[in-house]
Amino acid sequence: MRHILSVLIENEAGALSRVTGLFSARGYNIDSLTVQTTEDLTMSRMTIVTHGSDDVIEQITKQLNKLVEVVKVIDLSESEHIERELMLIKVRAIGKDREEMKRMTDIFRGRIIDVTEKTYTIELTGPGEKLDAFIKAIDSAAILETVRTGASGIGRGERILKI
Amino acid sequence: MEISGAEIITRCLAEEGVEFVFGYPGGAVLEIYDAIFKQDKFKHVLVRHEQAATHAADAYSRSSNKVGVALLTSGPGATNGITGIATAYMDSIPMVVISGQVGTPAIGLDAFQEVDMVGCSRPVVKHNFLVKDVRDLAVTIKKAFHIATTGRPGPVVIDVPKDVTINKTEFSYPASIAIRSYNPPTKGHPGQIKKAVHLIGEAKRPLIYVGGGAVQGNASQEVTELVKLLNAPCSNTLMGLGIIDGTDPNFLGMLGMHGTFEANLAMQYCDVLIAIGARFDDRVISVPNHFLAQPKKIIHIDVDPSSIAKRVKVDIPIVGDVKHVLTDLIAVLKETGARPNAEGLADWWKQVEAWRKPDCLHYEKSAEIIKPQFVLEKLCKVTQGNAIVTSDVGQHQMWTAQYYKFRRPKQWINSGGLGTMGFGLPAAIGAQLANPDAQVACITGDGSIQMNIQELSTAKQYHIPVKIILLNNRYLGMVRQWQELFYGNRYSETYLEALPNFEKLAEAYGHVGMRIERPEDVEPALREAFTTHKDRCVLLNFITDGTENVFPMVQNGKGLNQMDLPAHMRNLQQTPFENNRDYGNLC
Ligand SMILES: Cc1cc2nc3c(=O)[nH]c(=O)nc-3n(C[C@H](O)[C@H](O)[C@H](O)COP(=O)(O)OP(=O)(O)OC[C@H]3O[C@@H](n4cnc5c(N)ncnc54)[C@H](O)[C@@H]3O)c2cc1C
Ligand SMILES: Cc1ncc(C[n+]2csc(CCOP(=O)(O)OP(=O)(O)O)c2C)c(N)n1
Repeated sequence: MRHILSVLIENEAGALSRVTGLFSARGYNIDSLTVQTTEDLTMSRMTIVTHGSDDVIEQITKQLNKLVEVVKVIDLSESEHIERELMLIKVRAIGKDREEMKRMTDIFRGRIIDVTEKTYTIELTGPGEKLDAFIKAIDSAAILETVRTGASGIGRGERILKI
Repeated sequence: MEISGAEIITRCLAEEGVEFVFGYPGGAVLEIYDAIFKQDKFKHVLVRHEQAATHAADAYSRSSNKVGVALLTSGPGATNGITGIATAYMDSIPMVVISGQVGTPAIGLDAFQEVDMVGCSRPVVKHNFLVKDVRDLAVTIKKAFHIATTGRPGPVVIDVPKDVTINKTEFSYPASIAIRSYNPPTKGHPGQIKKAVHLIGEAKRPLIYVGGGAVQGNASQEVTELVKLLNAPCSNTLMGLGIIDGTDPNFLGMLGMHGTFEANLAMQYCDVLIAIGARFDDRVISVPNHFLAQPKKIIHIDVDPSSIAKRVKVDIPIVGDVKHVLTDLIAVLKETGARPNAEGLADWWKQVEAWRKPDCLHYEKSAEIIKPQFVLEKLCKVTQGNAIVTSDVGQHQMWTAQYYKFRRPKQWINSGGLGTMGFGLPAAIGAQLANPDAQVACITGDGSIQMNIQELSTAKQYHIPVKIILLNNRYLGMVRQWQELFYGNRYSETYLEALPNFEKLAEAYGHVGMRIERPEDVEPALREAFTTHKDRCVLLNFITDGTENVFPMVQNGKGLNQMDLPAHMRNLQQTPFENNRDYGNLC
């Protein structure tokens, strides 16, 4: 099953490689990983999307917790949460396709953030499926380049992850 | 006053009460060696290969309550140390390793003797640090000792670039340290302990299974008290040997791949298993499904949550330090009076005694040729079970585990998790330095001893009077055994031709060498080594029966009740594996 883990980790050199090293050494999957410092600059927050049986997820959580630099780990998918991912996608936009691209972008509540005579660069956020849907919805031949960040997640309501 | 990074290192080590640093110099650590030269708080032990530095430091920890320290130069010095670091890691042994690194401006430029030590060691350390600023050095060393010794112990590497050893700063060593992201558990959850007591109160066939965590956690007294309080049978893993006296009637011997008949069957057929600081290793329970097919309830005490439910689901996990948890568990047992069902326990003991009776460690004595088991029995006798025994890896290691009756914890020093040949001799050196008055024996094989034989030179330099018991079978015996049993006697590359004359080799290094070829000479030779040559390093080259195999044996993929048994028990061989088999029918 797919799980989304939130990890608070000390903002120290090498901390990220400990996490990725752990996943590769123990044969766990990383579907995506995002990381950036939090409002407290000494700490980073990671969102790791992974999949595996319940036993494997339990081990992943325990192994992550065991890393000296990891402060806290929660499995967001255990309760209600919100996920967002950012995609930047550069598409060919010429002739009548130009109008069509603009329309699709509006439907998906994206924004065109860079324009040339022949291209649009579109910014789109949302759950991963929405980004997938956008890619499917437009003409695949028109896609020049896509960049996706992978999911960031946060618990719904009052639920917070802090030390 | 400002002092250099190198001096900070030596001052920190002195503050930590370090007695010995095992190391080998080189360009990146010249400053540190100069600072060592100028101090007298600790001694440096110059090994002959960095692998030996990490093994000796590791065994220094294993055989004491102190922390072994190794010092390596950058590049090849550091990578040579990796095997020893991995060995300590697999057996959860505290150790601090300081490695030199090229200067910070040169990092990443493929500088001379540059290797990414933090990267290389990452998978085999509890934690590691690269210190880029001399002002962080003292606090990093404090953290390293703290992390190495608390929670589940393990090796910690500190990589120190050369300029950091030269740069100066004010020195102060913190008295204590708190790391917000690192808070290992100590006490177990009282609710879980109550549940465990309740379950114990319902047990009819209890077994106490104890591993290396109880040795590391210094819980020998508590384990023994629990065993006696419940009058339960007790078995140890290879790493747990000595936690309970090897001659105690409640002790069934080691369990696992080469465990005793009685211990393995008790493990298979118990109804309540109390696992203490043990990790259900594949060499212990073999295949989890076979092991669990016989229903049992499991209580698992471990300081590392990730050891729990890793290979086997358990009913009552108790996360905490073994000494704390057992103290509380025993208190509640006494308070409530909960004990295993008396009738059930009596029947269970009857069964266990029946399994014990055929004496699975019996072997055919010979008047002509030295049986390896015989040497170990005699060693145990001559040292009265009191020696600190280190070993290498192979058949000799298993026979030691089976035939030497260890009396106390930290007396048995071997590489279990990684199974590192070459561990024995440097380990003996580390153990002897930690225990200057103890008799120290290193059990080894003709293959293993040659993996770090250069350490005979270290033993000479520091007058280390270890006794090297070489069980010379002219084979890589453990591998040959597998080839005999599973590869149709095709002894591919396991016959060691061109063996040196080991006793002459020992003499060449300035030690005493002895060659023993006849069974009747075994005991006298051992006595001579431990009395006449008490203060010398002695290599006893025992020419043993090269065809001997280690039994019992649980083959890969088989259940614990499907052991291959020694010749005199072949009629009991291959108890078919069945679900819910009535334990009473065996034997
Ligand atoms: C040739 C060969 C053959 C072998 N055959 C066998 C065999 O027949 N039988 C056998 O048993 N082994 C055998 N081994 C060894 C085996 O590979 C494992 O190393 C060993 O079984 C592991 O022992 P353990 O379960 O005690 O765990 P250890 O590796 O000692 O782990 C200790 C556990 O205790 C925990 N712990 C540590 N400190 C504390 C504390 N203070 N409080 C609570 N918990 C703590 C740790 O988290 C860990 O889970 C063999 C090895 C070799 C090389
Ligand atoms: C460094 C290393 N290389 C290879 C092995 C695989 N191995 C395990 S036991 C063994 C044979 C050991 O032979 P010896 O030291 O002569 O001991 P014996 O089994 O004959 O008692 C080998 C090669 C190992 N454990 N460690």
